[in-house]
Amino acid sequence: MSNLLEINNVVKNYGDFRALNNVSIHIPKGSVYGLLGPNGAGKTSLIRIINQITMPDKGTIFLDGEPLSPKHTADIGYLPEERGLYKSMKVGEQALYLAQLKGLSKFEAKKRLKYWFEKFDISAWWNKKIEELSKGMAQKVQFIVTVLHQPKLLIFDEPFSGFDPINAQLIAQEILKLRDEGATIIFSTHRMESVEEMCDEIALINKSNKILDGKLDDIKREFRTNTFQVGVHTSNAKEVESQLKEKFEVFPPDFKLLGNELTLSVKLGRQDSANDLLAFLTNRGEVQHFVELIPSANDIFIQAVNKNN
Amino acid sequence: MSKLKLIIEREFIAKVRNKSFIVMTFLSPLIMVGMGFLVYFLMKKNNEKVKEIVYIDNSGLFSKEDFKDSKTVHYLDFTSKGIEDTKKKVEQGNYYGALIIPKQDSLELLAKSIEFYSKDSPGMSVMNALENKIETKIRNQKLNDFGIDINKINASRIQSDIKMYNFSGEESSKLINGLKIGVGAIAGYFLMMFVMIYGTSVMRSVIEEKTSRIIEVIVSSVKPFQLMLGKIIGNASAGLLQFFIWGILIFILGTLATSLLGINMAEMQTANLSAEQLEAAKNVAGGDKMQVLIQEVLRLPLLKLFVLFIFYFLGGYMLYSSLFAAVGAAVDNETDTQQFMLPIMFPLILGVYVGFATVINDPHGPISVAFSHIPLTSSIVMLMRVPFGVTWTELAISMSLLLVTFMFMVWLAAKIYRVGILMYGKKPTYKDLYKWLKYKG
Repeated sequence: MSNLLEINNVVKNYGDFRALNNVSIHIPKGSVYGLLGPNGAGKTSLIRIINQITMPDKGTIFLDGEPLSPKHTADIGYLPEERGLYKSMKVGEQALYLAQLKGLSKFEAKKRLKYWFEKFDISAWWNKKIEELSKGMAQKVQFIVTVLHQPKLLIFDEPFSGFDPINAQLIAQEILKLRDEGATIIFSTHRMESVEEMCDEIALINKSNKILDGKLDDIKREFRTNTFQVGVHTSNAKEVESQLKEKFEVFPPDFKLLGNELTLSVKLGRQDSANDLLAFLTNRGEVQHFVELIPSANDIFIQAVNKNN
Repeated sequence: MSKLKLIIEREFIAKVRNKSFIVMTFLSPLIMVGMGFLVYFLMKKNNEKVKEIVYIDNSGLFSKEDFKDSKTVHYLDFTSKGIEDTKKKVEQGNYYGALIIPKQDSLELLAKSIEFYSKDSPGMSVMNALENKIETKIRNQKLNDFGIDINKINASRIQSDIKMYNFSGEESSKLINGLKIGVGAIAGYFLMMFVMIYGTSVMRSVIEEKTSRIIEVIVSSVKPFQLMLGKIIGNASAGLLQFFIWGILIFILGTLATSLLGINMAEMQTANLSAEQLEAAKNVAGGDKMQVLIQEVLRLPLLKLFVLFIFYFLGGYMLYSSLFAAVGAAVDNETDTQQFMLPIMFPLILGVYVGFATVINDPHGPISVAFSHIPLTSSIVMLMRVPFGVTWTELAISMSLLLVTFMFMVWLAAKIYRVGILMYGKKPTYKDLYKWLKYKG
């Protein structure tokens, strides 16, 4: 799969402050790419560079094989974290205006807006002013405006903020649908559960540097600690626990089971395999629960950032 | 280019649809014409009231002829009633005042000892008229004493009218000079008002985009510079439309009101002049003088004036409004703008002051010339000077200075604008603005 966006060695300074330090990111076509990092890490700086709102001091950027240039603004849709609309302008008018700024003809923009307004069941808002709408309603309009010109690259910065769970779900589905239709999506958020749900690949930026990137599954594999959650029915729980402790590293459980079985987290040594542990347990009781502890995006985030700091 | 057009269109429509804009556009001329007529009627009412002045002439010098009634002042001879009685009558009655002319040995003494009593302090024009009457009478009396024939003196009065030429052979007159002052002053003042009203409107529009947070979406589609330019042009178009409507409405309303209410425009202008002044005015603005004036206006280089007006008007407006846009971009809300507004307002106001103080007296003096070259004031001061004839060399220098400064300022403002629109929170200092200038891209 070829890359839609290639960012190579980008450096951006604001006065004496370096916001991005030699950041390289490659985003495959048709993927949802999570751009993660703590507040102030440099995510917004990078997104603004991709949108050509600011220019990098050093480095190169290619969109679909071509050096990024002003004509590409029509190929990118951007929903910023800090977003708004003209308060005293009518919903339909400003949607048309913003769509035309992205290069759509008035006729085409009207046609597509009609489709999306009907899809989201908001046609009645066309002649309302934004100040008459709730925040969630305004967000829907913004989402439509972002995707309306069918850009190759969509950038969503915290797209779910301000939405209730039902509308957040609706937006998430639309984003995945857009990907399935061929769009490439950059997704920046602090909500790690939505990263798990949506992202194919991620990059983690901390203190102006990219500290991690790749396929989410690969990263998880890399971050796994060979730890298993186990639950065993046994008449002699204490005995089993002390025997386990002699062979493996054992921690108190960080999970709950419904019964009153012995629950523990067990970390295997390098030479041990899961089968060794399973054989050990089946000899001593009835195994109720046996799951490898796969690090969540949240764990990876915290672990990687803490290590980097 | 089409994006710029879209932005201009949006700014224009947003501005024109604004309720306060509509109200201002249609209400202002009504208020202005209404105020004008209110003042006129009040003045007329004031003048319609006949003032009765009583006089006691113990000198025997004055006759009924000297105290002829005018439209607004009637004179009553109370000489026979005695001073004390007259004073009492004036104090209790409705008389405007009492003029008391005592008997004196010499005319000099008489001139200094005439008294006027009234309940309230008398108006300037009434006192001037009285003093005028007395001075004329006493002067004539003295001339008579010297054995000089007054008729001869009157016959010897002559009015000189120096015809003024410049070396290219153009004839000019004091009247046309007055007209030039008028044209220049109106143009300069108009520019200042326009910059203040629509410059701040550009600034407000920038702040609105910042506070509503739509700015980031917009600048991901268009260059900040395009957005700034679009705003400046859009607001100016709305402003020109407003001024145009004002002009038409004031003309229509004024004509309608004068014809409906039967007001004589000439009377309106001269309502507060005394009869003597009126007489003088009539002499000056005689029929053939008017024709000369029209001829002279037509002889002015009208096309040149028009082209220069457009140039300086656009140059001045663009220069200032780009600075206003930068200020709007630098702050989050309007209350924070003040510290940055002062340095912008200062040259603007200075330009108008210099214009009114020096250009009118001496359009080609060193101060006028200097300020018509300094770019921040040149658009106003040069606009005022242009009707008096400015050499092409001077114009070329001033125009190129304005052009260069304009481009520099727009570049500077665009840099501040580009960074400022994405900055929130802390109110920036001048030091911050300087730092922003050094940011790349």
